[in-house]
Amino acid sequence: MARIAGVDLPRNKRLDIALTYIFGVGRTTANQICVKAEIGGDTKVDVLSDGEVVRLREIIENDYKVEGDLRREVSQNLKMLMDIGCYRGLRHRRGLPVRGQRTHTNARTRKGPKKTVAGKKKTLAKK
Amino acid sequence: MARSLRKGPFVDPSLQRKVDRMTASGSKQVIRTWSRRSMITPEFVGITFHVHNGKLFVPVFITENMVGHRLGEFSPTRKFTGHVQSKKVKTR
Repeated sequence: MARIAGVDLPRNKRLDIALTYIFGVGRTTANQICVKAEIGGDTKVDVLSDGEVVRLREIIENDYKVEGDLRREVSQNLKMLMDIGCYRGLRHRRGLPVRGQRTHTNARTRKGPKKTVAGKKKTLAKK
Repeated sequence: MARSLRKGPFVDPSLQRKVDRMTASGSKQVIRTWSRRSMITPEFVGITFHVHNGKLFVPVFITENMVGHRLGEFSPTRKFTGHVQSKKVKTR
């Protein structure tokens, strides 16, 4: 069982895919790590030797910001935006889209599930 | 597209003049401005601006974190007061 940065890698997957289970490692970063550690991306995780796991762990710890540290950085950036009271911060505070998207319709990712306004349907039906 | 680094940050010349005059005299006054598009440069830190939002001037005190943003970002132009409950439906 390979445990890197506090995450268990799935043992039956290719290494380059398995590495993406770490928060902060996507396909590109995973490939970079494989090249640096001189391990083929197509090797399965349960075939890895202990030395190789240690090598991976060292590379990730030294060169990349992942998991808790990265999460903290992101939330700190958000908090900074909110604290200085700029437009982006205000949008984050209200849970609305930040980059100028429309909110008349859509924007459901930010706004969450639809909250129907009571009574609106009724008036339409009577007309 | 991002602005070319070669040009440096954009600050309206009129605003720049006002800031220069204030730093030269060392006085702490409020600068009233319409120039929402001006980038906040490090020399703005510690100055209070009154930034126009189309209707009135919003006081903005510049701190270090604000450097690199634009003045307009701190002076919202829209005011959302919430949706009105429609009374018609309630009474029926």
